[in-house]
Amino acid sequence: MSGPVMGEPGPGGRFGEFGGRFVPESLVPACQELEAAFSEAWADPAFHGEFEEILTDYGGRPTPVTECRRLSERLGVRVLLKREDLAHTGSHKLNNVIGQALLARRMGKPRLVAETGAGQHGVASATAAALFGMECTVYMGEVDVERQALNVFRMELLGAEVVPVSSGSRTLKDAVNEAMRDWVATVERTHYCLGSVMGPHPYPWMVRELQRIVGDEAREQCRVRLGGADPDWVVACVGGGSNAAGTFAGFADTDAALVGVEAAGGSAVGKGVPGVLHGMKSLLLQDEWGQILEAHSISAGLDYPGIGPEHAHLAAIGRARYVQAEDGEVLEVFKLLSETEGIIPAFESAHALAWVVREAGKAIPTGDTVLVTLSGRGDKDVAQAREMLR
Amino acid sequence: MSGPGALESRLRDGRDAGRKLLVPYVTGGMTDDWLDTLRAVAGAGADAVEVGIPFSDPMIDGPTIQASSLAALERGTTPLAVIDALAGADLGVPVAVMTYYNLVYRAGDRRFARWLADAGVAGAIIPDLPLEESGDWRLEAADAGVETVLLVAPSTPDDRARAICAESHGFVYGVGLMGVTGERAELAATAGEVGRRLGPMTETPVCIGIGVSTAAQAAEACREADGVVVGSALVRRILDGAGPEGAAAFVAELRSGLDGA
Ligand SMILES: Cc1ncc(COP(=O)(O)O)c(C=O)c1O
Repeated sequence: MSGPVMGEPGPGGRFGEFGGRFVPESLVPACQELEAAFSEAWADPAFHGEFEEILTDYGGRPTPVTECRRLSERLGVRVLLKREDLAHTGSHKLNNVIGQALLARRMGKPRLVAETGAGQHGVASATAAALFGMECTVYMGEVDVERQALNVFRMELLGAEVVPVSSGSRTLKDAVNEAMRDWVATVERTHYCLGSVMGPHPYPWMVRELQRIVGDEAREQCRVRLGGADPDWVVACVGGGSNAAGTFAGFADTDAALVGVEAAGGSAVGKGVPGVLHGMKSLLLQDEWGQILEAHSISAGLDYPGIGPEHAHLAAIGRARYVQAEDGEVLEVFKLLSETEGIIPAFESAHALAWVVREAGKAIPTGDTVLVTLSGRGDKDVAQAREMLR
Repeated sequence: MSGPGALESRLRDGRDAGRKLLVPYVTGGMTDDWLDTLRAVAGAGADAVEVGIPFSDPMIDGPTIQASSLAALERGTTPLAVIDALAGADLGVPVAVMTYYNLVYRAGDRRFARWLADAGVAGAIIPDLPLEESGDWRLEAADAGVETVLLVAPSTPDDRARAICAESHGFVYGVGLMGVTGERAELAATAGEVGRRLGPMTETPVCIGIGVSTAAQAAEACREADGVVVGSALVRRILDGAGPEGAAAFVAELRSGLDGA
C-alpha cells in the first residue's frame, strides 16, 4: 500500500487486505452517505471547531499525561499515563460519540443506535444523545447487562433505552448484530453510532480520526515532558481498537514502538485468522468452517472475537505489535495501580498496563519511557473486582 | 457465463409460460429430517428452492431464521454437510444456497464455488457481499458455473440497481422491505415499489423476498414482480414441528395463491 501509515484508507476503505464494506445492500447507501458526510465534515474547519469546543468545554479535554512516580520506581521503566479516565463519562469513548452525534445532526438523523460491551460506549452515546436532544437505543448482551448493571442504570438515567440481547454469546458481538438489525430497519432516521474502529467503511477510518485527539494531544504533552523526545513505547488495550488506534495515530510517524494489548481470551491477532464479520474483513476468532467463536474476558469491553481492520493491517506490516494479557494479571494490576498511584483503572485499560508490568526489564529495557493510554476509569468494575478479590 | 444457467433458465421458462415463481427457503440441517422436508417443499409447487447454510452470526436475519440457524449449528451442521446432502437430494428443481460470506471466504472463493458446482447447486445468495465486494467471488462462481444472485434493496438508487441487475444471475432478489427477515402482518409498500422499479431494468426474473409471509401477500407481491421467496413463514412452521407434510401443505397453499392471482 502507498501513502503514510495511518493515513487515509485505500479505495473501498481498505487497509492493506483488510477493511472494506461487507454489508447487506440495504445498508450500502447509508454507508456511502456517511462516508460523504464525514469526508466533507472532516475537511470543514467549522466542524473541527465545534467538535473541539464541545470536547473542551463539555468533555474536559485535553486530558493530562500523568507521570507514575511510584510505579516507575518499582518497574524500572518510566511510565506515563494518558488519562482518558478523566474525560467526561470516564473513558475515551466520548470523543467518538460527540463526533458521530454531530454527523448525525448534519445528516438530519434524530436517533442513535449503539452497541455496548462494558457499557462505556453506551453511556457515552446516551450522553451525547441527551446533549443533542436525540433519541438513543443501546443494545447490550445479557451477560454484560448483568456484570455492568450500574452502567445500564446510567444509560437509562440519561434517557436511553437499553435492550438486552439474548442471542449467541450474549456479549458484545451479539450486541453489534442486533444494533445492525435495528439499523437496517430504521436507517432513514437513525445513525448507527458504532463504538470502535470496526464495522464497514467508513467506520474504522472515521472512528480512528475522531479518536486521534488522544494521540495528538499525548504526543505534544510527551514532547514537553521529555524535552522534545517521544516515548520509546506507546501501549494501549485493544477490544475493537479505538483507543489504541487514536493513540497510535499520534505516534505512527515517530520511532516509538506501538503495542496493542488484547485480552488473552479475545485475541484476534494472536489466535484469529482473516475473515468477514460485522461489515469488515479482519482477523477473527473462528473455527475451521468460519463459524465465529466466542471471546472470553474478565472485561466486557474486550470480549470481542475480532479486531479493527487497521490493526490487522498494522500487525501485518509490522508497524505495531499485538500481545495479550490474562485475566489474573489484569486483576493484579487493577490493584497495583490503585495502590501505587491512587488511580483505579478500567479492566480494559489494566490490560495495557499488565503487559508493561510483565515486560518491564524484559521486552521493555530498564530505563525506557512508556506511554500507556489509560482508556477509562475503573468505577464500573469495582463491584466485579470486589467479588473476584474476595 | 455464456447464456443463462440452470437456475435462471428454469425461472425464465416458468415466467415466460405465464407462471408466477415460488422460491421457498429452508435452513439446511435445522431438523433431523430437513432433507425430506426440502424434498416435500420442492415437490409442492416450488420453481426453485433456497437452502440456508447456517452461520453463527446471521446479521440480516430475524428471530425465526436465527433460531433455525442455531438449531442447525447445535446439530453439528457444517457447510460441507449441507452441500453434500444437496448433492444426493434429487429435488427436481434448481437449488440456490444462501449463506454469509465468512463461510465462503474461510473455504476460499474457488473451493466453495467448486463444492457447489460438484454438488449440482445452481446458485448462491450471499447477502453480506454487496456488488463492490463480490468481484472475486463472482469470477470464481462464474468459472465453476454457479449463478450469483444479487440483491436490490428499497434504499438502492436506480443507477445502482441497474448495475446490480446487470451482474445478477439466476434471478434478481428484490428486498421487499427495509429490515431483517421475518414474518409481517402486511406486505410492505416497498415490496411493490421494488418490483415496479426492477421490472423494466432487466430480463432476468425478479423475485421479492423478506417479509412475504402468506399466500395473499405472495400474490400481492407478484403483481409487480415475477415471483417471491418465502422464508420465515415456512421456517417457523418447520420449527413448530410441521414436518415434511406440513411444510409441503404450506407451500401448496402459497402455490395456489399465486396460481389464482
Ligand atoms: C475503558 C475502555 N477501554 C477500552 C475499551 C475497548 O474499546 P476499544 O478497543 O475500541 O478502545 C472499552 C470498551 O468498552 C472501554 O470501556
